[in-house]
Amino acid sequence: MEQAASSLPPPARFGATDRKDNWWAAPLTVLIALSAFGVYATFRVVQNAWYAIDDTASAHILSPFYSPLIIWDGMPRWLSPGMLILWAPAGFRLTCYYYRKAYYRAFFLDPPACGVGEPRRNNYLGERGILILQNVHRYFLYLALGFIVILTWDVIKAMMWPDGFGVSVATLILLLNTVFLGLYTFSCHSLRHLVGGRIDCFSCAAMGQARHKAWKGVSKLNSSHMRWAWISLFTVMLADFYVWMVSSGVITDFRFF
Amino acid sequence: MSSTAQLKIFRGDRNGGAMVDYEVPRTPGMVVLDAVHVVQATQAPDLAVRWNCKAGKCGSCSAEVNGKPKLTCMERMDKYPEGTAISIRPMKTFPVIKDLVTDVSWNYAVNKKIPPFKIKEGERKYYQYEADRVQEFRKCIECFLCQNICHVLREHQLKQEFAGPRFLVRVAGLEMHPLDTEDRTELIKDAMGVGFCNITKCCTEVCPESIQITDNAIIPLKERVADRYYDPIRWIARKVFGGNDSRQ
Repeated sequence: MEQAASSLPPPARFGATDRKDNWWAAPLTVLIALSAFGVYATFRVVQNAWYAIDDTASAHILSPFYSPLIIWDGMPRWLSPGMLILWAPAGFRLTCYYYRKAYYRAFFLDPPACGVGEPRRNNYLGERGILILQNVHRYFLYLALGFIVILTWDVIKAMMWPDGFGVSVATLILLLNTVFLGLYTFSCHSLRHLVGGRIDCFSCAAMGQARHKAWKGVSKLNSSHMRWAWISLFTVMLADFYVWMVSSGVITDFRFF
Repeated sequence: MSSTAQLKIFRGDRNGGAMVDYEVPRTPGMVVLDAVHVVQATQAPDLAVRWNCKAGKCGSCSAEVNGKPKLTCMERMDKYPEGTAISIRPMKTFPVIKDLVTDVSWNYAVNKKIPPFKIKEGERKYYQYEADRVQEFRKCIECFLCQNICHVLREHQLKQEFAGPRFLVRVAGLEMHPLDTEDRTELIKDAMGVGFCNITKCCTEVCPESIQITDNAIIPLKERVADRYYDPIRWIARKVFGGNDSRQ
């Protein structure tokens, strides 16, 4: 028997752990991915250009970062239409139960990973204090549901070409984006609560059977909420990037029919 | 020649201790608890370890293996490569009594604060599809691995303010029961401190029964607290139309 120089509890310092795996990989990946998205989205909104494919030979294709397009005469030049609407989906994601987990770990290191020491800090309040505002998530959900309707209309418009019905790569990307944003929105924890999660006795409740089915459906989607969150984050960026590239003339949108 | 496993096991009590090296032969199907028992039988008869069923159902043998909370009776040794020592510590969140045995009595004190099931009057009938949701919570074996890994308890030591995931699961099982009439929303918000949970899901990651603690218990409870205390539209609706947060 050999005594090692270690004592209990492990010192409560940042990163202290007995874990042998790469526990830092997940929070680091999240940190990089969310930061990259934040930088890209901010740039595109401030850029205030190349957000629509609007030539006379094409269907009207609008970037999801700028939809719905709000412009009026005399609008200040510094004010981008994207700024007027992007706060809503951004708020939906910022207050999302999944993203909260992701950024509490990656950005606030609270905790950085399970069983890993946190940076020293006093007065931990969790989601009391200022973060009580996270409870506004349900209101951002209501707005996000409206955005799904608007983006669906954008997909329909992207099929209406000057010479009739048509589908291009841009149409498919907008469709893909709307599908994944829909999956992300309809798998929301607050929606799950709203449609039936708040009910204890479905057999006693008005329309209990229907609400139970709705709750089961949202629950099924909800089990992959993290997956939809990431895929939709990627597709919304892809859709905007594609519109940017086509509208700025870097590439040409290929029309299938 | 049989292979061996190197173990570093915490030896000590609440006044302190040290990690002590042991070496035991590996055998087919061996779990971490088996290895600890070999140490106890052959090298350290005074090594304290709590165990009972050896089937992952009693929740007694919880410890931290290589920094991760585990039921030692279910943790196979062949998961760990030979030649690297496996560290085995008691659960960090609870006071050590001796070696791998911790004092988890705080949990039982928290449990007593939860008002029991209060059955509704009249017809007592409900359906399996309504019971499914709460049956998940009944799988809990009270191993307290979730309590151990919860950073609110482990790092911030807020045992006075926060009940921990185990008891949020228990109260969810009561609150969501179709026949229960007790209202525990204020308790969940204040005495149990659900707001301290920042839903980082470590409890779910370590649950040996795969209970979706965060998604199915804690977040729904947070939403119920939001209904009652943080949703202005619902507040106005209650004032205008009367009633409380009916859960029907």
